[in-house]
Amino acid sequence: MTDDILSRTTALDATHRALGATMTDFAGWSMPLRYGSERAEHVAVRTAAGLFDLSHMGEVTVSGPEAGAFLDHALVGHLSALAVGRARYTMICDAAGGILDDLIVYRLAEDRYLVVANAANAAAVLAALTARAADFDADVRDDRDAYALIAVQGPRAPEILGRLTDADLAGLRYYAGLPGTVADRPVMIARTGYTGEDGFELFCDPADAPALWAALTEAGRDDGLVPCGLACRDTLRLEAGMPLYGHELSLATTPYDAGLGRVVKLAKPGGFVGRAALAAAAERAAERPPRVLTGLVARGRRVPRAGFAVVDADGAVVGEVTSGAPSPTLGRPIAMAYVDPAYAAPGTEGVLVDVRGTHESYDVVALPFYQRRK
Amino acid sequence: MSNPEQLRYSKEHEWLSAAEDGVATVGITEYAATQLGDVVYVELPEAGAAVTAGEPCGELESTKSVSDIYSPISGTITEVNQNVVDDPALVNSEPFGDGWLFRVRADEAAGEPDDLLSADEYATFTSE
Repeated sequence: MTDDILSRTTALDATHRALGATMTDFAGWSMPLRYGSERAEHVAVRTAAGLFDLSHMGEVTVSGPEAGAFLDHALVGHLSALAVGRARYTMICDAAGGILDDLIVYRLAEDRYLVVANAANAAAVLAALTARAADFDADVRDDRDAYALIAVQGPRAPEILGRLTDADLAGLRYYAGLPGTVADRPVMIARTGYTGEDGFELFCDPADAPALWAALTEAGRDDGLVPCGLACRDTLRLEAGMPLYGHELSLATTPYDAGLGRVVKLAKPGGFVGRAALAAAAERAAERPPRVLTGLVARGRRVPRAGFAVVDADGAVVGEVTSGAPSPTLGRPIAMAYVDPAYAAPGTEGVLVDVRGTHESYDVVALPFYQRRK
Repeated sequence: MSNPEQLRYSKEHEWLSAAEDGVATVGITEYAATQLGDVVYVELPEAGAAVTAGEPCGELESTKSVSDIYSPISGTITEVNQNVVDDPALVNSEPFGDGWLFRVRADEAAGEPDDLLSADEYATFTSE
C-alpha cells in the first residue's frame, strides 16, 4: 500500500509504524486502524487497558475576560456556569439548529477554556468560533498543533497512570481535568474517554508524546495494556451508545432529533447561535416525536451497516441504521438506528434490518449496549 | 508476508490450489485477511452449487466491512469448510491453511481463466 502523502501524521507516527500498525486515512490524518486484532484490542480495553493516539482531535483555546460569555453565545451549553477544572459534553450548532460538531469543553481557568473538536470538523469549528467571537472580549486560538493527545482507557488505567504521576487521580472525577506531570512531562490530565470505560486523556506537547507513550507502555506491561487503533475505538463507543459525528450526528440533525436535547440550555442567559431554531425543534420534538435513536441487536450473524434500512414485518421502511458492527462484548452484531417512535420501545417485535436484500430480525434494546460496573 | 509458491492468485485476493482429481481449494490471501481485519462472519456457497469465475458466491464480514467472495474458476462446489463458518477467526490466523473456504471441481468446458497470478506476480500486484 502506498501512503497518502496528503495525510498529516501525528507525533507518534514513527511509534505506530515501529509497532507494525495498519494505518488508515481518517479525516486527513494518517492514524493507526489496528496494531493486530481489533477484537483483541477491544477486549483489552474492557478487561485491562488500552493506549490510544488521539492526536488528530482538534484543540481550540478560548481565553479572555468574556471567554465564558462568548462560549455561552457560540455553543448550545452553559459553559460560563462550568466550574474550573471540570469538563462538559456540548455541541456547536448553526443558525438553523443543525449540529456543526459535538465537543468536549474543559474549563482550565476562570478565563480560559479548551475546546476539543472532531478532526473532520476542527477547521469548521475554528472558523465558526472565530466568526462568533467578534463582539466579545475573548481570544480564539488554533491549538491543533500545540497538543498531542494520548488516551489510556480501561479498568486498569488508574493504576497504570498512577505509577507515573503524583497527581490526585483518585480525586479526579469523571469529566474533570487537572494540570499535572506524567513521567516528568507536563500534561493536562482529563478523566474522559469514548470507550465506556474508566480512563484518562492526556493532552501534552507533541514533542513529549513518544516518551509518554513509551512510559505508559512500560508502566502497563504487566497489566495487559495494549496499543489500540481506531477500529476498536469505534466498536467501544458503539457498545457504549455514544454518538459519532457523521453517523448519528450531522448538520441535518438538531440535538433534539438525536435524542440529545439535554445538552441544549435554552434557559441560559443571553441568546446563542441557533436558539430560535432549537426552541422550535424542542417544541416539535415534544408534539410530534421524531425518529428515536435506538439500539438494535441482531438475532443472526450478518452485520448491519450505516445506511441500511430498518423495516417492519411487511417490509415498510421505519428507520435507518447509523452505525453497526459486530460487538465483541455481546458476541452479536449491534447497531444504532433512527427508528419511528412506534418501533423504538425496547422489546418491540417485528423490527428487521434490510441487510443487502435480506430482512434480518433484530431485538430492540435500550442504549447503551454495554455499561461498566462502577 | 509470503504467498505460497504452489498457489495461484486472483486480483480479488483469492488463492487457488493446484487441482487434485480435478478439485481445487479456494481461500483468501493473507494480504486480504490483513486488510479486512478480524473476520466475524463467513457465508459460503452450498456443496453442489455452481459457481462462475468472477461472480460473487459468498460473503466475508469483518468489523468494518463486508466483502464478496469470488471463485477464481467456474465449476461446482464439492465441499465447504464448516470450520471457518463456526470459527471465522481461522481466516485471519491461517488464511492459507485451516482458513480455506471451499473446494471446487472445475468446469472443463469453461476452460482455465487466464488472469490468475503467480505468487510473485500477486506480491507485485499487492505492493502497487
